[in-house]
Amino acid sequence: MNIYVLMKRTFDTEEKISINGGQIEEDGAEFIINPYDEYAVEEAIQIRDAHEGEVTVVSVGSEEAGKQLRMALAMGADKAVLINTEDDLKEGDQFTTAKILVEYFKDKEVDLILAGNVAIDGGSGQVGPRIADMLGIPYVTTITNIDIDGSNVFVTRDVEGDSEMIKTSLPLLVTCQQGLNDPRYPSLPGIMKAKKKPLEELELDDLDLEEEDVESKTKILDIFLPPDKTAGHVLKGDLTHQVQELVSLLRSEAKVI
Amino acid sequence: MGKKVLVLGETRDGQLRNVSFEAVAAGKKVAQGGEVIGVLIGESVSMLANELIQYGADRVLAVEDAKLSQYTPDGYSQAFMAVVEQEQPEGIVFGHTALGKDLSPKIAAKLNAGLISDATSVEEEDGAIVFTRPIYSGKAFEKIIVKDRLIFATVRPNNIQSLEKDESRSGDATSVSVSITDLRTVIQDVVRKAAGGVDLSEAKVIVAGGRGVKSDEGFKPLKELAGVLGGAVGASRGACDAGYCDYSMQIGQTGKVVTPDLYIACGISGAIQHLAGMSNSKVIVAINKDPDANIFNVADYGIVGDLFEVVPMLSEEIKKLKAAQL
Repeated sequence: MNIYVLMKRTFDTEEKISINGGQIEEDGAEFIINPYDEYAVEEAIQIRDAHEGEVTVVSVGSEEAGKQLRMALAMGADKAVLINTEDDLKEGDQFTTAKILVEYFKDKEVDLILAGNVAIDGGSGQVGPRIADMLGIPYVTTITNIDIDGSNVFVTRDVEGDSEMIKTSLPLLVTCQQGLNDPRYPSLPGIMKAKKKPLEELELDDLDLEEEDVESKTKILDIFLPPDKTAGHVLKGDLTHQVQELVSLLRSEAKVI
Repeated sequence: MGKKVLVLGETRDGQLRNVSFEAVAAGKKVAQGGEVIGVLIGESVSMLANELIQYGADRVLAVEDAKLSQYTPDGYSQAFMAVVEQEQPEGIVFGHTALGKDLSPKIAAKLNAGLISDATSVEEEDGAIVFTRPIYSGKAFEKIIVKDRLIFATVRPNNIQSLEKDESRSGDATSVSVSITDLRTVIQDVVRKAAGGVDLSEAKVIVAGGRGVKSDEGFKPLKELAGVLGGAVGASRGACDAGYCDYSMQIGQTGKVVTPDLYIACGISGAIQHLAGMSNSKVIVAINKDPDANIFNVADYGIVGDLFEVVPMLSEEIKKLKAAQL
């Protein structure tokens, strides 16, 4: 099976966000594999181990994403591809990323593509379904289980807490939801092996794409932080009194009950 | 100069979801005085047309087919694209629900269009339609526009005020016939875990538990409080990781991002990971034994105490209040 994983380098979930010159400040921040993409990497490895084949992890981004690709290789992926847009693109959106990846996949034999259901930075969840549609293959988002039997695929999809049992077939794109698996930590031998695994680097030129082919369809005008929450009113007195006061405040001051 | 805008009316258990009325209100802004057309898709949905009109749609188009009884990306995209081809809209608005999240990128890909996902506000600024949306799970926001002619967005539930229902409004409801073919994903069964519950993303009130809840049994008083308030029960990552509850309940940077009117955090310490998922709630109440817990820094009201004492007392007190109001 030819298994591909779409991976994004993102801020660590524990990082505080600050803004400098209208941009999110990246200096000194820790970066990780987008947590939902980590489920995708883990699932791809498990599927390969059960059905044979090869796992290729693909990322669109800057040179820096090489580090997270190496991490995926250390977890057990076989190959990595970095489509480096650093020199070609000042900005891009989900259309941009999808278009680049579709161009990359055009001449590939694809059985299964796994991605995270959302990236925790941009948070749009568009790229997976966009790519599936442009490649003409079906997709299932927010999956919590997948079983492959020949070309039949049985998927459990999380839908706002309910579970849909879906039957579909390969080739297929799925996006991964929490609960799908427990991503492994790379082992020391894994990290050593990863250094020798292939990490191919491509630019737009290599995909016969011009900047205008992938020009973003949206434009960000401003980035700002939410207003600081000031610490609230911690109630005093005996508990019964506190509870009564809380209910009264929720009713008359906050007007929410 | 007004735009023609399509708004998807999403149903759940045969009823229109609130987010669809909010989407109509957003559609009105995008239309800038133009026409807002509600789109209903399903097996038997045309009877909901009037309600969509009463909430502000000018007319409604319904696509009905037995193959549309459940949502599938193939079925719904065929239905919606038929409407797009007929109407040639300049704007499209969906709710940012499981369905909206799943379908909108497919439609955007077919239209070669930009898409602004998960908008929390829509405003006109110097003639342009400007959307605000959370990034980094609500740790920051961006203002964003679509550069092309077609403006396509999904709106987060509970953030955009729907219009007042006007029962005197009327408009045309017509059907669009589409032959739905080739569904490549087939739903064989649905397991309802959120049985009878209120969906977290649309809930006006959320009672959430953390590690302090101590066990799955410990969620009982929280469920009771949520029941009294007509709300939903959520959890922190800590509670999910400890196995006290299902991951579908998780609120945080991984998990759901919610903005209810009232968020009651019980036994939640307030890790940054969790705050990212709920700190934009309108009113936050924290109940925690530890007076130094970080959750008190974002809470509007706090009670330092044992949740197993406080939560049942709170349920009783609110019950009394509700009884007095009757």
